Amino acid sequence: MLNYAIRRINLLFFTLLVLSVVSFSLAYLFPGNALTNLSGIKSPSSEQLISLTQSYNIGENYFWQYIAYLRLLMDGDWGVSFTSQQSLLKDISLTLPATIELSAYAFTFSILIGVPMGVLAGLKHNKPFDFGILSASLLGYSIPVFWLALILIQALSLKLSWLPLSGRISLYFDVPIQSGFIILDIFKADNLDKTAALQDAFFHLILPTVSIATLTSSIIIRMVRKSVLDVLEKDYIKAAYGRGQTNMQVFWKHGLRNALLPVLPLIVTQFTILLTNAMIVEVIFSWPGIGNWLIQAIYQRDYPAIRGGMLMVSSLVIMFTISLDILLRLIDPIKGRRNRVAI
Amino acid sequence: MKQGVMFLLLLSLITSCSDIRNNELSQNGLIYCSEGAPATFNPQLDTSGTTADATSHQLYSRLIEFDPDSSKIVPGLASSWLVSQDGLTYTFQLRRDVKFHTTSYFSPTRNFNADDVLFSINRWRLPDHDYHKVSGGNYPYFVSLGLSDVVKEVSRLNGYRVEIKLTRPDSSFLANLATDFSVILSEEYAAQLLAQGTPSLIDTKPVGTGPYKFVDYRKDSFIRYQRHENYWALKNIPEQLIYDITTTDSLRLAKLISGECDAISYISTSETSAVDQRDNLTLNITPGLNIGFWAFNTQKPPFNDAKVRRALALAIDKNTLIEAIYLGSAERAHGLLPETSWAYESLKSDTNYNPALARQLLEEAGLSSGFKMNIWAMPVQRAYNPNATKMAEIIQSYLQDVNIEAQIISLEWSTFRERLNEGEHDSVLIGWSADNGDPDNFYRPLLSCQAIKSGTNRARWCSSRYDDLIEEALLITDIELRKTYYHLANAVLAEEMPLVPIAHAYRYQAYSNRLKGLKINPFGGIRFGDVEKH
Repeated sequence: MLNYAIRRINLLFFTLLVLSVVSFSLAYLFPGNALTNLSGIKSPSSEQLISLTQSYNIGENYFWQYIAYLRLLMDGDWGVSFTSQQSLLKDISLTLPATIELSAYAFTFSILIGVPMGVLAGLKHNKPFDFGILSASLLGYSIPVFWLALILIQALSLKLSWLPLSGRISLYFDVPIQSGFIILDIFKADNLDKTAALQDAFFHLILPTVSIATLTSSIIIRMVRKSVLDVLEKDYIKAAYGRGQTNMQVFWKHGLRNALLPVLPLIVTQFTILLTNAMIVEVIFSWPGIGNWLIQAIYQRDYPAIRGGMLMVSSLVIMFTISLDILLRLIDPIKGRRNRVAI
Repeated sequence: MKQGVMFLLLLSLITSCSDIRNNELSQNGLIYCSEGAPATFNPQLDTSGTTADATSHQLYSRLIEFDPDSSKIVPGLASSWLVSQDGLTYTFQLRRDVKFHTTSYFSPTRNFNADDVLFSINRWRLPDHDYHKVSGGNYPYFVSLGLSDVVKEVSRLNGYRVEIKLTRPDSSFLANLATDFSVILSEEYAAQLLAQGTPSLIDTKPVGTGPYKFVDYRKDSFIRYQRHENYWALKNIPEQLIYDITTTDSLRLAKLISGECDAISYISTSETSAVDQRDNLTLNITPGLNIGFWAFNTQKPPFNDAKVRRALALAIDKNTLIEAIYLGSAERAHGLLPETSWAYESLKSDTNYNPALARQLLEEAGLSSGFKMNIWAMPVQRAYNPNATKMAEIIQSYLQDVNIEAQIISLEWSTFRERLNEGEHDSVLIGWSADNGDPDNFYRPLLSCQAIKSGTNRARWCSSRYDDLIEEALLITDIELRKTYYHLANAVLAEEMPLVPIAHAYRYQAYSNRLKGLKINPFGGIRFGDVEKH
């Protein structure tokens, strides 16, 4: 186990190193002055220029420049954005929580929908209910996320005017940013009607959450259903029936637990896919998350922001994936190795 | 059964949210979806429409104001004013009961008085003023009109009486004081900031006397204003005014339709029908104080010949251009001024499509074998010309009929303006939006000799006859007499044809029916001071 953990951490370390090399070379690959692209300061004064040249080791060869870059990354000095002239790390810390929050809700929602539906479909195998769920999940699996988001907006926001289509909360509510997580911030705020604010935030959440969760729940439904079918074939289930237990008893005592154990790790790994989908959906719903922020940076040719945003997002996904790997291995040393399943 | 209950529960949850937009909170707040972030919170420093919309009439008041309905000048912070017989001395009597905003960063100890007027005018007028260099020290509107040279002296007669002396009579002076840019700042706040050593806060944390006061601003996201309870002309306006900065045109419209905005800025012509179809939205249309035109570089041959310019004007069919480019959202321009201006003259000398006459004129000018020229088409969309490149293509085909080969040039906007200022173009499709209701705001910046240098005279045309007429017109206060001067200037233009006026575009304002009192301000920024919400 220790061996495995060390191997994984090793992998993490080198992947992060490669990412930092790529992000460093972006500064040279983008048009314009490399120092400007690294620091984000467009027209520095002469003193600023001297200190920047020094801290980024611009006079030296690429290797020492990279070392200087790495040191600054570690110190938390990622440069400033061209457009906001604010520290990139600060910009990211304002936008990242919104993305994580949205992904977390969407993921919870996917599990709440996916697992029961998958179990039900598995139990009612080859019955109309199973076919219904199966076709619905196939549909959900095939619809592109961004298209679904647009269709939902068209129907529920523009035609029916039931749900809002942009942002996290109506601007009527003046919620001060503290943690960056809107629900938490609403609880911490003391100057507003919390019930109304929570209700409004909830309505803003519905459409983006549903758009992202549709794909993930479809995948979960199909995985769980397959697993339930597998388990129901097992000998110990037949034995349980042989002991005269009822359907309900068999399912609750033997079926469910055994069916869910092998798929749980696979479900968790869906989170990274969901995170990437969230970034696409953010742009459509003007959700103030990191995906939206990155797209704006690309439109405005904000090279430092593109560099920093890519580094942050990719590091996050890598770190998340690897820590999940280790965690799953800890929970289930034998089955953790199997990482593919038919869906 | 259970599923039915769940479904009903969900449905009731979802439908209850339509209430949230009609609840008390939304009644007490107004959300305006604007197209961009203001460059500053002081309109003295920037002439862009976005800045004026966001700040000018919300945060500040002026000495005098334009009435959007009658386009007349009405009292603002000055309750009355007197102009001396020679037109050189203006005396303003100020209101006594005007209070500045009390905010988290400033509490005024005194009411508005003459010192504030002196400070606000001297800031842009005097280069050695303490605040002149603060925030860049560039006051584009006042510089472009040379107002620092026009104003000779601003003096305080007593606490509520101010006298402004001019170096020469200028009948557009009052109109200039009523523009979006001539706002009144707080002298007390400025002194306090100067003592703190943070003078530039005056333009980022603003204090004014307008109907709303500043609360919060997050760049590219929102501006939050709160009602100024002590506003001197307070109406029953909402407690909050929020600018939701939404740069995408279609998203602004979507937010208006879904009820997330109460009003939106800049709606494009193709989208107006979406607003028209909805019963809960209103679309206002007025002819705008602007003009789209085709200017010839009169310093370059063969365009220095008035005959050639006239021939080119005759070679194009303006009606077709208007139909194809503006899609019915503009009126044909007969001269520089739109019909809403008081000096408008229904010009008989407007050119009509006549290629035969055009060919004949070219022949007289010795160009019957044709020539090559270029048409510069501005790369950005403006109300006065929504698609200059397409317009250039149509003109190109018209010119082919009279044996002229035209090449279209379109560059990135800032480079385009730079090279235009250097006079590299043969002809250009561009336009102008007026800042105030005075006709001088068209005649002078567009075609006076002085405007060649400041870069607004795209024809680079200089005629002493024309300049004399519009200078004379400024010295006269009698409106009827001024009119005749402008009509004489029109005659010069019709004869010389330095530019072909094409169209005056309409202005649109789309908003929710819940708003009452929102009007299109023909002379600049949007006003929320009279807008109520029900």
